[in-house]
Amino acid sequence: MVQEYFLILMGTVLVNNIVLIKVLGLCPFMGVSKKLETSIAMAAATTFVLTVGSGTSYLISHYLLGTELFYLRTLSFIVVIAGVVQFTEMFLEKTSPVLYQSLGIFLPLITTNCAVLGIPLLNVQSNHNFIESLLFGLGGAIGFSMVLIMFASLRERLDAADIPAPFKGSAIAMITAGLMSLAFMGFAGLVR
Amino acid sequence: MLTALYVMLGLALLLGVVLGYSALKFKVEGDPLVARIDAILPQTQCGQCGYPGCKPYAMAIAKGEADINQCPPGGDAGVHALADLLGVEYKPLNAEHGLPKPKSVAVIDENVCIGCTLCIQACPVDAILGAAKHMHTVIASECTGCELCVAPCPVDCITMEPIAESPANWKWRYPVFEIKPEPAVTRKIAE
Amino acid sequence: MNAIVNLSELIKRKLGKTGLSSFNGGVHPPQHKLESTTSPIRPVPPPARLVLPLRQHVGNVSKLQVATGDHVLKGQLLARADGQVSAAVHAPTSGTIAAIDNQLIPHPSGLPDISITLEADGRDEWIARQPLDYKAMSKQELLDSLREAGVVGLGGATFPSHIKLREDARHPVRTLIINGAECEPYISCDDMLMRERAAEIVRGIEIMRYLLDAGRCVIGIEDNKPQAAAAMRAAAADSEVAIDVAEVPTIYPGGGAKQLIKVITGLEVPSGRLPSEIGVQCFNVATAYSVHRLVHHGEPVISRIVTVTGHVGHAGNYEVPLGMSIRELVELAGGKAIPELIMGGPMMGFNLPSADVPVVKATNCIIVPDSAMFPEPPPALPCIRCTRCADACPANLQPQELYWFSKSQNLDKAREYKIFDCIECGCCTYVCPSNIPLVQYYRFAKSEIIAQDRAREAADIARERNEFRLKRIEREKQERAQKHAQKAAGAKTEAAPADDAKKAAIAAAIERAKAQKAEMTPKNTEAVSPVVAAEIAEIETRRAEVQAASTTEARTEEKQSTEEAK
Repeated sequence: MVQEYFLILMGTVLVNNIVLIKVLGLCPFMGVSKKLETSIAMAAATTFVLTVGSGTSYLISHYLLGTELFYLRTLSFIVVIAGVVQFTEMFLEKTSPVLYQSLGIFLPLITTNCAVLGIPLLNVQSNHNFIESLLFGLGGAIGFSMVLIMFASLRERLDAADIPAPFKGSAIAMITAGLMSLAFMGFAGLVR
Repeated sequence: MLTALYVMLGLALLLGVVLGYSALKFKVEGDPLVARIDAILPQTQCGQCGYPGCKPYAMAIAKGEADINQCPPGGDAGVHALADLLGVEYKPLNAEHGLPKPKSVAVIDENVCIGCTLCIQACPVDAILGAAKHMHTVIASECTGCELCVAPCPVDCITMEPIAESPANWKWRYPVFEIKPEPAVTRKIAE
Repeated sequence: MNAIVNLSELIKRKLGKTGLSSFNGGVHPPQHKLESTTSPIRPVPPPARLVLPLRQHVGNVSKLQVATGDHVLKGQLLARADGQVSAAVHAPTSGTIAAIDNQLIPHPSGLPDISITLEADGRDEWIARQPLDYKAMSKQELLDSLREAGVVGLGGATFPSHIKLREDARHPVRTLIINGAECEPYISCDDMLMRERAAEIVRGIEIMRYLLDAGRCVIGIEDNKPQAAAAMRAAAADSEVAIDVAEVPTIYPGGGAKQLIKVITGLEVPSGRLPSEIGVQCFNVATAYSVHRLVHHGEPVISRIVTVTGHVGHAGNYEVPLGMSIRELVELAGGKAIPELIMGGPMMGFNLPSADVPVVKATNCIIVPDSAMFPEPPPALPCIRCTRCADACPANLQPQELYWFSKSQNLDKAREYKIFDCIECGCCTYVCPSNIPLVQYYRFAKSEIIAQDRAREAADIARERNEFRLKRIEREKQERAQKHAQKAAGAKTEAAPADDAKKAAIAAAIERAKAQKAEMTPKNTEAVSPVVAAEIAEIETRRAEVQAASTTEARTEEKQSTEEAK
């Protein structure tokens, strides 16, 4: 049992990394990776929302929608995630203004993050139970955070590198992301 | 079909109640965002952005009424900083609001000044010293170079003078290296 | 790199016996000191023309005390210290003030700065000199006289010495370190000064020690200067107070204040702090000498020892009056005043913008290079992440990180990585196998950060002033409203005529200003023959008629357009 949970976690973090293998959540991956500090803040916010979001989404799809109303999944998930994000934002603003300030604009941005919607949908697809759903969400979030922070550190270094002029900016960032993705494909045989 | 409607309606209602309640419960007074935007703006108070000062412009940005590229004194760096803060795309300065100029200070030609106090009233940072019917002068260290005093002067005795580079404010340049052709001798050897 | 590691091992073993410690990093560039130490210090007679910049020290520009045409005596005050962080400027010889204007100064910017030009009268006549009885006067008086005598750190930093010599109750100075390490290649002015004037230096040290009330006093001299060390030891033995002489290992930059403090006391100056905060104060030997000259002879700082070396006929040390043109000095030493002269050493010095700049208080060395001496470095190659620079950095920084952040202008990160602890010693550049001019990047980033900070400070002041103004306007409006309400209750006011009167007054003043402006503009029609004058008068009347018609039109148009623009 524990072994299975561990496999789900490792599988989502490394083997099926949500950004590099599943290619979800690319907008924050490219957009919020210019600075290490903001990427860490974004990673923290996404981790929280993903985990809570996949938990609540499981509850909704399992207890509210059932099999008859399956076509409402996407719609209701969006609503619930938006609600969760909004609530988190208000809660943070009141309780921890410092964290709220450092997250700033990224918190509302998570609402429109496809990784956050993708994980609950994948959860439903693969018939995960509640704990598995939570772990799947957490694993996806850890994978996202790890890759985002790594990528931001790389991009900070890229700023100082002698990049040929046509490759400067987004071009070299895309190439770097591609190389990272290639590297992560190496994890494919990790779980046997 | 109706069930679906009820479910969505119920969800929406529930979330609405929860969010509405928490909006009241977690209400925060004041807007820290305005202060942070204001901290980035150069505080020239020149009004080139179309607002009567830096703070009003900051409030307009925070509300989403104004764009981030309306501040020529802040320059490109200022737009970048605002874009970073607000998490929006950088855009080049809007030329409608003027172009960035080298930082200047106002200088009053004291032989021509008639002491009308119009410039004193125009100065947003009280950097002009004088009294009615007495010669005025600019406190150069406090002048932000906003040019607001130039237009009201009835005798056109105020000019903007760019701050000259001196050993006190001189900056080291970014190291740039010339690319020189390889000396002919070594090339021959290489061949 | 192995060589460096082995050497530092060697040094550590050697230090084990002496009780000294060592700092990390450092390099061993070729010394080249012998060239300039073979002959004694040569005094230089004052030249015919001296240029004295008012900014020869760290801090505020000195305040002028003389005017063009004044006759001054040698040692007379020309510019007074302005505020605490400032130092005075004195006449190095007697003569007349020829000009006070912007002159090229020895500064890497190559920009001119306000300077006094003094034409010597050749008499070299001193003002009345009064030795100070320093034990009889209060410490504050003594410090003030140091400030008024223009005593600054002569090691090159030119920080006003009276500030460092102030006793601070919070941070009592336990150890006074006199820096005679002179680690930079080619420079030997401190070496020669110690060899020849050891007793005078020790007199100066005694005064410094008295001012700071320091318990321990150490003179640090690198062990490549045995003669200087011996001379200082002999002079110290004659002193009434205990002064130690420590021979520190020769490693560049062992003469950096923080490095020397580490070697002698074993204490490390924390990042962003001053040595005085850990109870240490450090002065150059030449500064001690100038304190002695002031106190025991009543002479302000008007000359300094300058090493002139490199591609010159008589390399050596010269006692040069401040303000002498470097061109003259180099020619005196038998060299050619080529445009590539270097002021300071090869590691930390800079290329002079021209040979026609004066010797200032910071001028410790002039190197006349030839192409063989400092060949042009090969082009910089990309950083290969070898971290040799980190091994060589005496400030325990990460030069490679600083380089990347400076290069990409990531200034916040550069600051976070403590770029301001960089002493710009050039060790990283020296060891870099890719020939990257690292220090140039740091200098760029530092001055950029400083400029940013200044702009932010100015913005904060402007914000405060603007807010205050808005508040004031609001208050005035309320007061006016109150008054109006009161008046309305009483009688009707006669505001309109008053307003008109004001407008009329402004219009009259405008006319007056115009007339004044017209008067001020010079005319080329003065002093001409009466016939021509009559003709001009006729033309003028015609022009006036035409203009009167057109200007009224233009004026109204202009007014309209400005109003539209508003």
